[in-house]
Amino acid sequence: MSPLLQGILTVVLGVGGCVGYFFLSNLILDKVIFPPRADNPGQNINRANLVRPWLFLFPAMAALGLYLVYPVVGSFYRSLFNRSGEEFIGLGNYTTMFADDGFRIAFFNNMLWVLFVPAAATFFGLLVAQLTDRMKWGNIAKSLIFMPMAISFVGASLIWKFVYANNADIGLINAIRDFFGASEPLDVLQVRFWNNFFLMFILVWIQTGFAMVILSAALRGIPEETIEAAIIDGANPFQVFFKIKVPQIMGTIVVVWTTITILVLKVFDIVYTMTGGNFGTDILPSYMMSYMFRDDGRATAVAFVIMIVVLPVMIWNIRQARAEMK
Amino acid sequence: MDNIAGTKPALTWAVNLSVIFLVVLWLIPTVGLLVSSFRDRDQISASGWWLSPFAVEQNFQAKIPAGEVRQDGAFFVIEGNIFSGGEGEVIRFGGARSNPTAAAAGETAELTRDRSLTVQENGDFVYRSPAEIKRDPSVYYSTATPPDFSLDNYQTILFSNNMDIAFINTLTVTIPATIIPILIAAFAAYALAWMDFAGRGLLIAVVVGLLVVPLQLALVPLLQFHNKIGIGQSFLGIWMAHTGFGLPLAIYLLRNYMVGLPRDIIESAKVDGATDFQVFTKIVLPLSFPALASFAIFQFLWTWNDLLVAKVFLPSNAESWVMTVKIADDLLGSRGGDWGILASAAFISIAVPLIVFFTMQRYLVRGLLAGSVK
Repeated sequence: MSPLLQGILTVVLGVGGCVGYFFLSNLILDKVIFPPRADNPGQNINRANLVRPWLFLFPAMAALGLYLVYPVVGSFYRSLFNRSGEEFIGLGNYTTMFADDGFRIAFFNNMLWVLFVPAAATFFGLLVAQLTDRMKWGNIAKSLIFMPMAISFVGASLIWKFVYANNADIGLINAIRDFFGASEPLDVLQVRFWNNFFLMFILVWIQTGFAMVILSAALRGIPEETIEAAIIDGANPFQVFFKIKVPQIMGTIVVVWTTITILVLKVFDIVYTMTGGNFGTDILPSYMMSYMFRDDGRATAVAFVIMIVVLPVMIWNIRQARAEMK
Repeated sequence: MDNIAGTKPALTWAVNLSVIFLVVLWLIPTVGLLVSSFRDRDQISASGWWLSPFAVEQNFQAKIPAGEVRQDGAFFVIEGNIFSGGEGEVIRFGGARSNPTAAAAGETAELTRDRSLTVQENGDFVYRSPAEIKRDPSVYYSTATPPDFSLDNYQTILFSNNMDIAFINTLTVTIPATIIPILIAAFAAYALAWMDFAGRGLLIAVVVGLLVVPLQLALVPLLQFHNKIGIGQSFLGIWMAHTGFGLPLAIYLLRNYMVGLPRDIIESAKVDGATDFQVFTKIVLPLSFPALASFAIFQFLWTWNDLLVAKVFLPSNAESWVMTVKIADDLLGSRGGDWGILASAAFISIAVPLIVFFTMQRYLVRGLLAGSVK
């Protein structure tokens, strides 16, 4: 059977199965287990309503539990075993990993990414949001800058491979160098240390649109009076922006910043496609993928390190969400 | 705000110009890829895509047929046309591989051993040699080739490189992986938004926490799990994985939206005797359409563009490669220098997301705002 046919069948079965499950489980609950008849209909309805939320939640909780909660424990457990998974070696994977130069480079680079990408993307996003605010063709401009969001990391990497190409007739960077009189083309992806920034810029290019959309909405939400009052008091446009607008959207800026930070810790595609982690550009996700299928013990240990780096953001997010619900 | 004191025309100009600059900067890479994907592969490496509307100077080599030699005094002479009947315009030419563009068209190039070569712009040449000509001499010349745009790259990549199979595979992964989580999440989101039960707050907190769990953690344990229950690396496995990974965002987005629905409608329906199931299917689900659409777009873009999950949960044989894997693992390796093929492959893979993006942008923006500003 062709995969596409299989896919269509899965959609039908999956959707049918889900609808069937929700419909039938509700039906059984109402008609068979706690029918609102018999001796005490009121009590039965109440009992049914106690059970029903869990009927609604069950498939989601099962999937979340299996695909996201169990792996946190499962990965940590697996990281305590050796390559084949037979011998318990405690924190052995972690100690060898921390001693590995490759890991240190990846960790250092990843910290560079975490510092640079969210900062640059938020900066550009805020810049575009402010500049296009109340501009006649602002929506078109925003839409075009937002566009890279739709492009896969692999596609974006290919797009930028053309820009960085080691050939003045293909790569824009080298064409510009050539124009200014450089004699030899330069492979920017092999320039140690700075090559990281060329890779990071691809992600900045993608994420700026995201930052822009959210910050632009936040700018719109600023009460007009505060701005008008500042202008009447003689503030110039820069003062209005930095002293009136930015402080009022600080909360949103933090949200955008942390969201991009989390993303940075997950993206392995760009490094994988552009350099394969060579020339000192490895980051943790791509370092992990180089051990995936070869040494699961090491791979899970790297994954767990990523988890620990993400943990503070996770806790902060949960506290924010809880504060909101109160 | 346009006429408010404090905005100066000069500033408006500066703002407009900087936005134009940023937009151009953001668009250039993609435009370059698009233009390159239509160009002939030799032209791509001969001149930059930004010069593509102009003729390209390309170097060629031709053989002068030694058989047509005639004697002119002490010299052996061959005359003819290097285009041999075709059309073209010679810019420069030369008689040696080491210096293929030694002379401009119309000039006479002095070669070693007292030989000389003259090539006119239209391709007519005269080759003179004091010694007898035994082997066909070579002529090197450059011509201006007009721009050559075609769909050849697309044809090559689609019909002889199995990109069509990869395209269908991507579609196969994407559709169930987009539809199924929506359904599961919608029910859960309704329960978290409109049903009262112990532990609701805790569950919401768990969902928020799971939003940021790195996928990397899930790869090894789940692949082991899939192998154990006999799914292994397969389409079924990747559908289940994408469903699981997409659920936190789906539940979070939908719950945020459903909580905002007017309480009156739902309560009056319940007073009229509607069960929760009916309230959900007849009132909440239709009203939540915008949120469902935004999540659907997210999940679609995410699964379509995904490389990591596809690499781990799909078999690694060529028949089940999705487009991202095909490009990253196959084309970049085997076709590394073939820029035309790479460009058209990339464009095939980003075409569908771009269409979705430009037609459904409103929903995407709405979803983003609901997902992160709250």
